[in-house]
Amino acid sequence: MSSPAATARSAVGQAEARLGLAEFLLSCDDLQECARRSLEWLTEYAGARAAGCLLVDGEHGRLHLIASTGVGMPRDFWADLEDRTHPLVAAALGTAVVTFNDRRGDRRPSPLGRLPIVAQPMYARVGRESVPAGLLVVSPPSANPRLLSWVAGIVAPPIVRLSRSRLLTESDRRMRRERTLLDAVPDPILLTDPEGRVLIANSRAKALLVGAEGESEGRRRAVALNNMLFSSALAQSAMQEVGRRELLLVDPVEGSDLLFELLSTVAPDTREGTSLVSILRNISDLRRASEEIEENYRRLRIAEADVRAERDRLDLIIDSVADPILVTDAAGALVMMNTPAQRLFSVGPGSPPEHAVRVQANDAHFSAFVSNLLFAPEGERRRGEIGLVDPETGQSLPVEAVSGKIYSEHGEVTAIVTVLHDRTEEIERAHLYEELKKASALLEERVRQATSELVGQNELLRRQRIELEQASAAKSQFLANMSHEFRTPLNAILGYTSLLLQGVSGPMSAPQERNLGRVDSNARHLLAIINDILDISRIEAGKMPLHLSTFPLPALVQEVVAELEPLIERSKLSVRVDVGRKSPSLASDRAKVKQIVLNLVTNAIKFTPSGSVIVSARYDTDRKEVTIAVRDTGIGIKPEDQERVFEDFRQADNSPAREYGGAGLGLAICRRLAQMLEGRVELQSAVGQGSTFTLTLPVRLRRR
Amino acid sequence: MPDKKASRPGGVREPGPLILVVDDFEDNREMYTQFLRFSGYRVAEAVDGVDAIAKAAALRPDLIVMDLSLPRMDGWEATRRLKKDPQTSHIPVVALTGHALAGHEEGARNAGCDSFVTKPCIPADLEAEVRRILAEKAGVRGGR
Repeated sequence: MSSPAATARSAVGQAEARLGLAEFLLSCDDLQECARRSLEWLTEYAGARAAGCLLVDGEHGRLHLIASTGVGMPRDFWADLEDRTHPLVAAALGTAVVTFNDRRGDRRPSPLGRLPIVAQPMYARVGRESVPAGLLVVSPPSANPRLLSWVAGIVAPPIVRLSRSRLLTESDRRMRRERTLLDAVPDPILLTDPEGRVLIANSRAKALLVGAEGESEGRRRAVALNNMLFSSALAQSAMQEVGRRELLLVDPVEGSDLLFELLSTVAPDTREGTSLVSILRNISDLRRASEEIEENYRRLRIAEADVRAERDRLDLIIDSVADPILVTDAAGALVMMNTPAQRLFSVGPGSPPEHAVRVQANDAHFSAFVSNLLFAPEGERRRGEIGLVDPETGQSLPVEAVSGKIYSEHGEVTAIVTVLHDRTEEIERAHLYEELKKASALLEERVRQATSELVGQNELLRRQRIELEQASAAKSQFLANMSHEFRTPLNAILGYTSLLLQGVSGPMSAPQERNLGRVDSNARHLLAIINDILDISRIEAGKMPLHLSTFPLPALVQEVVAELEPLIERSKLSVRVDVGRKSPSLASDRAKVKQIVLNLVTNAIKFTPSGSVIVSARYDTDRKEVTIAVRDTGIGIKPEDQERVFEDFRQADNSPAREYGGAGLGLAICRRLAQMLEGRVELQSAVGQGSTFTLTLPVRLRRR
Repeated sequence: MPDKKASRPGGVREPGPLILVVDDFEDNREMYTQFLRFSGYRVAEAVDGVDAIAKAAALRPDLIVMDLSLPRMDGWEATRRLKKDPQTSHIPVVALTGHALAGHEEGARNAGCDSFVTKPCIPADLEAEVRRILAEKAGVRGGR
């Protein structure tokens, strides 16, 4: 089959075929495809009728078939590489080409039955070493050994590469999964040899214990320090069999301390030798957590203390408020109350049962009030009155209650605060005010009544005054009329008496004449009384007009004495007049002056049983006054009676059996008349020493 | 008219002057009449002002004693009329009153009374006043 032409042609073809195979193998990345193509090439170009390609699988320790054509080998053929007696294994691990069952020379039995084969081992370079890569088996053994060797040489590297890559891919996948697993563990995990060298480390462990190139000096030092600390800990834990200890490392990146719990377990491995699995559990977080918890607890304590202090202060404030304050929760249950509230809503130990009853009543009232607010969806606060009872005294205690809702951050009602305001005082005050108002109204009414009474009385008084004036006028009129009415019969009495006494009706006997004389004198006395009464009435009625004239005083006094001559004669008294001739004339009411003097002298004579009556007049130029004094040596007047004698109808002796007659109006009239004349009548007297009446008058009475 | 008792006090010879006594109170009128007759006068009587004017006009008395408080016509009014009447205006009038109140005397004089005597006035005192007025009148007359 190989003619020179063919050889020549095949030579050219061979060169192109080699290039084609080489190019294919360079670009092929499938192990079996590489093997099969190589076998096809051998069949085409190297005179092989059957061929097979076996691979040395170091990983599994097997020599197994990759691809074959016509050699009659099972597809999953494999032989243990350890089995050096196996001809193919031996061939693969050997360096020489081995011929099996070749009729021409070697008669070694073919591992492939009767089929004569030639086995070409394949070696590939791994690093500097040349390692067995596989075995090419070709039949017939006459196939071009040069091409076979060339194919073995050219196919070995890609087969090794591809088989390894295939293995790598598989183990890598596994490894990666394991790595992912390991790396997923947040705790550092390490596998170390007994010397402490790190065999496997997960990413967390690497970060701590394995330095990377280009790291900063700080990080390298940290890693070095960590390694030292780790080795030392490992050594110590190894001595303790199962180690469980704390290990403080440095975070190379953060520079912070990391606290780990080191768990080391010895992992026996027959092939690789005993190693140590270490798991570092980061407990810095735990520590931090515990520290945080402690810190939090501490803070809580402080906060609690603060809250307590705050609450104490609040309690103090609340307690210091005189008004009861109550806090109820959202269910209406009492949560807190201040001291004033406790008085109303709590029962002290040993209190009498009625206290508890009253407290219950209070509680019921209060609860009703608060629940009204609680169950009112609208309304933040409520104000109203509650009729409470003082538990101790049982007295009613009206209070004004103001309740307000307290909301949480989430807007839920958490509490209701109620402040009670004792309204007793207010009500008391209002009551007092009412009373006061009533009293005031009463007072006003009384004042009004009193005023109206007063007005009435004033009116009454006015009427009475008018009536009195009218009565007075009527009295004066009456007296004037009466005096006329008196005078008329008296005129007849006196007249007829005088007729009889004068003998107009014939002569009378002496006793008749004497008795008639008594009628006459009594009638005259009565007349004098009537005249006096008339004078008083006239003076009081203001109907005693003044008739002013100028007259000498001595003549007036002489006239008086002359008029009284009959009386003087009867009295047997010495009556002297001592009035200077040179005394000036008086400007006054002559009749009235005369009446006064007449009265005074008459009195003096009447009340002087014996002795004398002296009438004297003096003129005071400085005061322009005239004094007419009538002095007697009579009975005198007691000092206590000296004023009374000037009163109406008075005599010093007011007894019915009085010795001296007269109406007792004389001095009263004198004093009034003197006053009309702007003068006065005065008295000096002593009992038994006589009396001196003095009339003082202005020399000139001014006309009014 | 000459009386048997003309020689009594007053001593008026006959025929005595005619005095008209005007008083509504009979006792007083009678009393003065008695005494004046006792004293030698002729006396006529009237009981009120109207009666007085009539009697005065009819009798032309020498003097009239006129009580001022009279029924029908009081003494003032009667005096005023008498004094207005030329037939009687020359007759002196002695007013007699129990009213001693102010104004009576003045009122009486304004009315034309020649004299004013306050009651009580005993007959003798009245006769003295009557005599005084008659003498006064006679004197005036005599003077002419």
